[in-house]
Amino acid sequence: MTGVFHVKHTTSDSYDVIVIGGGHAGAEAACAAARCGVKTALITHAFAKIGEMSCNPAIGGLGKGHIVREIDALDGVMGRVADQAGIQFRLLNRRKGPAVQGPRAQCDRAIYRTAMQAAVRAQRDLEVIEAEVTDVVLDGASIAGVVLATGETLRARAVILTTGTFLRGLIHIGDRTLRGGRMGDRPSDRLAARIDDFGLRLGRLKTGTPPRIDRRSIDFSGLAEQPGDPEPTFFSFLTKGTETRQVACHITHTTTQTHDIIRENLHRSAIYGGRIDGVGPRYCPSIEDKVVRFAEKASHQIFLEPEGLTSNLIYPNGISTSLPEDVQIAYVRSIPGMERAEIMQPGYAIEYDYVDPTELDRRLAVKSVPGLFLAGQINGTTGYEEAAGQGLVAGMNAARMARDEAPLIFDRADAYIGVMIDDLVTRGVSEPYRMFTSRAEFRLSLRADNADQRLTEIGITAGCVGPDRMAAWRSKADGLSEARRLLSSRNVTPTEANADGLTINLDGVRRDGLDLLAYPDINIIDLHGLFPEVIAIDPQIARQIEIDATYAEYVRRQRGDVEALRRDESLALGDLLDGDAIPGLSLELAEKLKRVRPATLGHAGRIEGMTPAALTLLLAHLRKRERRSA
Amino acid sequence: MTDTIFAPATPPGVGAIAVIRISGLGTDAALTALTGRPLPAPRMASLRVLKDRDGAALDEALVLRFVHGKSFTGESAAELQCHGGRAVVRAVLDALASLPGLRLAEPGEFTRRALEAGRMDLAQVEGLADLVAAETDLQRRQALRQMGGALSRRIESWRLDLIRARALLEAVIDFADEDVPEDVTPEVAGLLSSVKADLMSALAGGRAAERLRSGFEVALIGAPNTGKSTLLNAIAGREVAITSEIAGTTRDVIEVAMDLGGMAVTMLDTAGLRDTSDVVEAIGVARARQRAEAADLRVLLDPDGDADRALLIDGDLLVRSKADLTGVTGALALSAKTGEGVSDLLLIIETSLVTRIGNASELSRLRHRRAVESTITAIEAAEHVVAVAGPLEIAAEELRGATSALESVIGRVDAERILDDIFSSFCLGK
Repeated sequence: MTGVFHVKHTTSDSYDVIVIGGGHAGAEAACAAARCGVKTALITHAFAKIGEMSCNPAIGGLGKGHIVREIDALDGVMGRVADQAGIQFRLLNRRKGPAVQGPRAQCDRAIYRTAMQAAVRAQRDLEVIEAEVTDVVLDGASIAGVVLATGETLRARAVILTTGTFLRGLIHIGDRTLRGGRMGDRPSDRLAARIDDFGLRLGRLKTGTPPRIDRRSIDFSGLAEQPGDPEPTFFSFLTKGTETRQVACHITHTTTQTHDIIRENLHRSAIYGGRIDGVGPRYCPSIEDKVVRFAEKASHQIFLEPEGLTSNLIYPNGISTSLPEDVQIAYVRSIPGMERAEIMQPGYAIEYDYVDPTELDRRLAVKSVPGLFLAGQINGTTGYEEAAGQGLVAGMNAARMARDEAPLIFDRADAYIGVMIDDLVTRGVSEPYRMFTSRAEFRLSLRADNADQRLTEIGITAGCVGPDRMAAWRSKADGLSEARRLLSSRNVTPTEANADGLTINLDGVRRDGLDLLAYPDINIIDLHGLFPEVIAIDPQIARQIEIDATYAEYVRRQRGDVEALRRDESLALGDLLDGDAIPGLSLELAEKLKRVRPATLGHAGRIEGMTPAALTLLLAHLRKRERRSA
Repeated sequence: MTDTIFAPATPPGVGAIAVIRISGLGTDAALTALTGRPLPAPRMASLRVLKDRDGAALDEALVLRFVHGKSFTGESAAELQCHGGRAVVRAVLDALASLPGLRLAEPGEFTRRALEAGRMDLAQVEGLADLVAAETDLQRRQALRQMGGALSRRIESWRLDLIRARALLEAVIDFADEDVPEDVTPEVAGLLSSVKADLMSALAGGRAAERLRSGFEVALIGAPNTGKSTLLNAIAGREVAITSEIAGTTRDVIEVAMDLGGMAVTMLDTAGLRDTSDVVEAIGVARARQRAEAADLRVLLDPDGDADRALLIDGDLLVRSKADLTGVTGALALSAKTGEGVSDLLLIIETSLVTRIGNASELSRLRHRRAVESTITAIEAAEHVVAVAGPLEIAAEELRGATSALESVIGRVDAERILDDIFSSFCLGK
């Protein structure tokens, strides 16, 4: 049965999982919970806004593209939808190693929205309710459902809040201030008041957007063109080809005149005028920030990203701002190609409260409010991909909770999603959290190309992978193991290898085909002489085997670290930190542990300021308790 | 609640003053209970009468109070400088033990708290241990430098260079689409080669540093009856070794520890080297060879100028012993019996050892040198990748390994630190 889309009334008053919010986290969470087979409702103000890309019209990139692949490997929706909406595909770091290549696509906003809404509609066991949630229902300290603005009460075993920037959202355009989470959306005050009642620690962040420009008012003739890759790299392991016309982006630069205009008007900026308290991201600074902090740079890059095939809007990526509209017009027109630019919607800065994610466990459940999960920007992250990755984890775990199943946790050695969640719940955030490949210490094994090898089997076991994906993956997995079997079936001496044209040290060590592939200049095609059977290997499987072999040595070396991580992760601290403080532990660390409440010894070890000696102490007490209970 | 700990900081026995330390949350309460008066101002020596629970005076002591965050352990802490009588110390310790939440510290617990609170790192704690154990002036100075963070600071400066190098690589990897320098490899290569050169020279001075810390061994060797034991006794100024006219008197290795120009030196008297059918003596000869080979310096006693020099290496010493009998004169002539030449020999030994510690680095333990060796290996691997324009993510991985090896001497590194470095250096963000 296909999910039903309802306006204003509901077919039921009881669900397993209710998701509040239809953004990237919400859509992914709702679909994930429903894929796990539990009765799920997604409640949003407007069905038509599901899949809205409220910032730049692109998905993926470095680290972010990795997350989308991981979502896809678990049969999530973001990858497939982005592929459908992709109007320009580029694999970033194409000239570097596969471990640090990230797929990225410019997307047509309208197609993205439509495709995401279709995916949500098509999802079995998922019902969309257009309504405003004003409160939650509590059963003791636990969440038992939600209250709608109509007064209706819907019961649920778990509720996932994915409401982005709605907590005390404030929009700044120069000296004008508007309340709201996103241009045109209303803030949900009553729900916000309820969150306050839970007493969760909150912080304040800011982010910004650039003015949107009318495409027809830009002169592209003198600007550098950035086309997509001739052979597109898709997000989804299931996608076979593009579905729309492909277009190019353009690149322009700010000028010294731009910088002069901004400098002269800094006092009118919401950020520099002192009207914003929130902390902004260092990697996505406003143009005011760039001009002030990097005063020595005469020019900054701007990417002119089309918002869609049928849209006349251009998103000038690189000049987000909180200056007043007249200043925005002036500085935009000082940029080559935009001398006559018309601004369709001014840029703005938005500041909002987020919940300190150290309040969450690694399922993204609020530790002090059983049944309540938080995902997305509300946890202090930025980016569609980061939001969707959290949605997936929250959705799956809410479903598992509803069915009284054990949590499903991805750790730092499993996935970028695991790295992100561990960073969030362990360290909290001090600026909007964005994924980078350098955050992943096991980066050489957590690759975009092997996300399916890492995760799809886990997803199948968890019951969140559909039959199509399962069949596609199993066939690929068979191909991979057959190829590995062929290549490891025979050892050759260095002399034999050299006789066949390969350059191998004459060290007397016999090597199989996989060992030979670890050499940077040896590909499968070079092994035809020694392993004639490899002719039969499918080219895509062959490529995968080559990539795996490239990093095999490093993955082997890191195995010790991974084992150490998993060993520490398997040591659950339980209620060790609940009672009296551990004797011998310093006051600071005791307080920190009490606040973060790490689930495992490994988790505790990553808390900032934790010392090896203090960890040893925790371990000793853990052992002592085990002995007592044994 | 975390326990408050206390312990005498001075050794048991009668001294003019005995110091008792207290550390932990309950320190201030303990002071109040013990003195019955308002707390003394932090870091101001204040004279107080210490009383037991019944108000009976125990002693008059100087009380020093340290506030949380500004003490050795990082916790609230205090020192009671009591009179040194055993009964006084006993009574004050009993009074402290009777207070709620206070207990006697376990060995090393004050230091462990300092380590846990991040007041000291591992290398500094090692320095402290060395300082407490120091017997000679040079050992004391070396330990003091390490406890003061000399090693930690060098590690930190190497670490910053490695982090900078990795941040450059990571910037190119993670911000490929943005305004980062196209080619960072010259700067990376420069940083790596300078860190490596530093590490190599520190490593070269590591053995000397270890010797400085743990002491040098100087072996007196030679054929039987060449006067080794007599010489050792002359050096020690007492009869530590049995001497006789009978060849092969010394069977076991006899050690004498001494302070030579501030260096800790152990003189070894060994069995005379010869082929023997006596089983016990043969064991002694084998042991003598073994210890002689392991020693830092060998002194061969050669009365007649015809000794077997097989065990000597460059820099070792040869002396013409028994000069009173042979009548040999000159720089090498020595008579342990008359004392002639003995102080000259000690001066020569001292000079020889001093030149060895001239290049001593901060790497005073094997643990430090192992870590630095792993760091160098990883840096070389990264240098190679950068030099052949190989995959930068592999170079970055090697540098991650290099940094964590280096960090193992003092603490740990994290990804956030790399990102901080990237963001402070480049304007990023579309």
